[in-house]
Amino acid sequence: MRIPCPFCGERDAAEFLTIGSAPPPRPAADAPMAAWHDYVHLRDNPAGLHAELWQHIHGCRQWLRVMRDTRTHVVAGAEACRR
Amino acid sequence: MRHSALALLRHALTGNRSWAPSWRDPAPKAAYDTLIVGGGGHGLATAHYLAKNHGITDVAVLEKGWLGGGNVGRNTTIIRSNYLLPGNTPFYEKSMQLWEGLEQDLNYNAMVSQRGVLNLFHSDSQRDAYARRGNAMRLAGVDAELLDAAQVRAMVPGLNLDSQRFPVKGGLLQRRGGTARHDAVAWGFARAADQLGVDLLQNTEVTGIRIERGRVLGVETTRGFIGAKRVGLAVAGNTSRVAAMAGLRLPIESHVLQAFVSEAVKPMIDTVVTYGAGHLYVSQSDKGGLVFGGDIDGYNSYAQRGNLPVVHDVMECAVQLFPSMSRLRYLRQWGGIMDMSMDGSPIIDRTPVDGLFLNCGWCYGGFKATPASGWCFAHTIATGQPHALNAAFRLDRFATGHVIDEKGAGAQANLH
Ligand SMILES: Cc1cc2nc3c(=O)[nH]c(=O)nc-3n(C[C@H](O)[C@H](O)[C@H](O)COP(=O)(O)OP(=O)(O)OC[C@H]3O[C@@H](n4cnc5c(N)ncnc54)[C@H](O)[C@@H]3O)c2cc1C
Ligand SMILES: [Zn+2]
Repeated sequence: MRIPCPFCGERDAAEFLTIGSAPPPRPAADAPMAAWHDYVHLRDNPAGLHAELWQHIHGCRQWLRVMRDTRTHVVAGAEACRR
Repeated sequence: MRHSALALLRHALTGNRSWAPSWRDPAPKAAYDTLIVGGGGHGLATAHYLAKNHGITDVAVLEKGWLGGGNVGRNTTIIRSNYLLPGNTPFYEKSMQLWEGLEQDLNYNAMVSQRGVLNLFHSDSQRDAYARRGNAMRLAGVDAELLDAAQVRAMVPGLNLDSQRFPVKGGLLQRRGGTARHDAVAWGFARAADQLGVDLLQNTEVTGIRIERGRVLGVETTRGFIGAKRVGLAVAGNTSRVAAMAGLRLPIESHVLQAFVSEAVKPMIDTVVTYGAGHLYVSQSDKGGLVFGGDIDGYNSYAQRGNLPVVHDVMECAVQLFPSMSRLRYLRQWGGIMDMSMDGSPIIDRTPVDGLFLNCGWCYGGFKATPASGWCFAHTIATGQPHALNAAFRLDRFATGHVIDEKGAGAQANLH
């Protein structure tokens, strides 16, 4: 598995660490408990294209938003989280 | 047909020509009392205990592939009950007790081998953590022994205790833990359930769940609609996809875990050893191959195969622990899709849909749970109420804050 880092070019997945799904927007601090439960615990877990966050820990250390197919591990693209 | 030493001899003398199939291959009926989706270990065990403990025999198990082709046939076969938290310990200990009588119960050789499970520790703080875990186990009536380095050295020859970086300081041993032949567990439960009247429907994929006014009516399958009063889901890595057919969104992520087998060698490890400074567990199969694995790959996956970084990591841990393994070739490697929950513990519960029940969240420890999971899921389905042993494995515990997080890792699936 290789990830095309927008800063370093295509690099082996061993250089990256993932924390999983790119989360939806964070609920407001006073949002109801159900919204927080959804945000913290529930996942779409799709079989197919999946937006996820990876950090290039052994490279530029930037956080990337990666689109990857969970059925084939093919990476469709990666962009910097910080613009 | 009952299996016995005498039957084995008779078949051997007659050229093994008269073995009967172990289960029927029935056509689906239009409706059943209860449907179990997923013909893995948990689904088959559930069907067995529904029939045996509750007299519910109008049951079909729906499996999209072949029986035992999922995680039950892909795991590293370790069974143990060395858990820390009150919600978990009695459940896994029940499972261990069921393992101890399983072969007699099923009349099937599952090769249950109580060769011990030894968790190594490498620092003072890790020793404290394991002492605490061992004490919690003993308080719950589970066997546990804390070994010092000398005892570990005597027990596991070939183990490198004197690594400069991560010296082995001792280990927590559960002697009643060990291994079981994973395929035989699936086959044994399947055969026993079939003999009690359960229909095992292979190549039958569930493609939809029919619900009316909040009540389950049956499932759509690749072989047509099958009606049922009750439907239990036990589809491991595919849980999110199947539950979505009932409109459920779950605290589950699917991740790939790999396993490895080396070429066969003479007896070298007669127990199960786990490394505490990396992640590795290793045992030796009866054929002589070393069976080992480590961490999940860490990213969401439905691919049933992993990538090279984890292969490297597992091999490095193996060679660090058993330097002689550097001379071995590894023969085979594969992956399975784990249903990772947000606290690392399972869910066996009702769902918001009447008549629909859920069994999932096994992470990479569900093989050892197979008998108790089937026992408790059957109870939950038959009575509509959880058994005391799975009362803590609720679906709503994430919303209410009653999570069971053995590792204290929080709601991040790839850390459990
Ligand atoms: C490499 C590896 C090593 C492991 N090591 C251990 C270990 O040492 N000890 C331990 O305790 N646990 C271990 N585990 C975990 C354990 O194997 C699983 O937690 C457990 O097997 C899951 O339950 P199951 O047997 O019912 O799953 P499975 O065998 O995966 O059964 C689920 C079944 O559902 C079927 N299915 C899915 N979708 C559908 C559908 N739509 N319609 C019909 N059928 C469907 C699948 O085909 C599958 O057969 C390991 C797992 C892996 C992959
Ligand atoms: Zn980079």
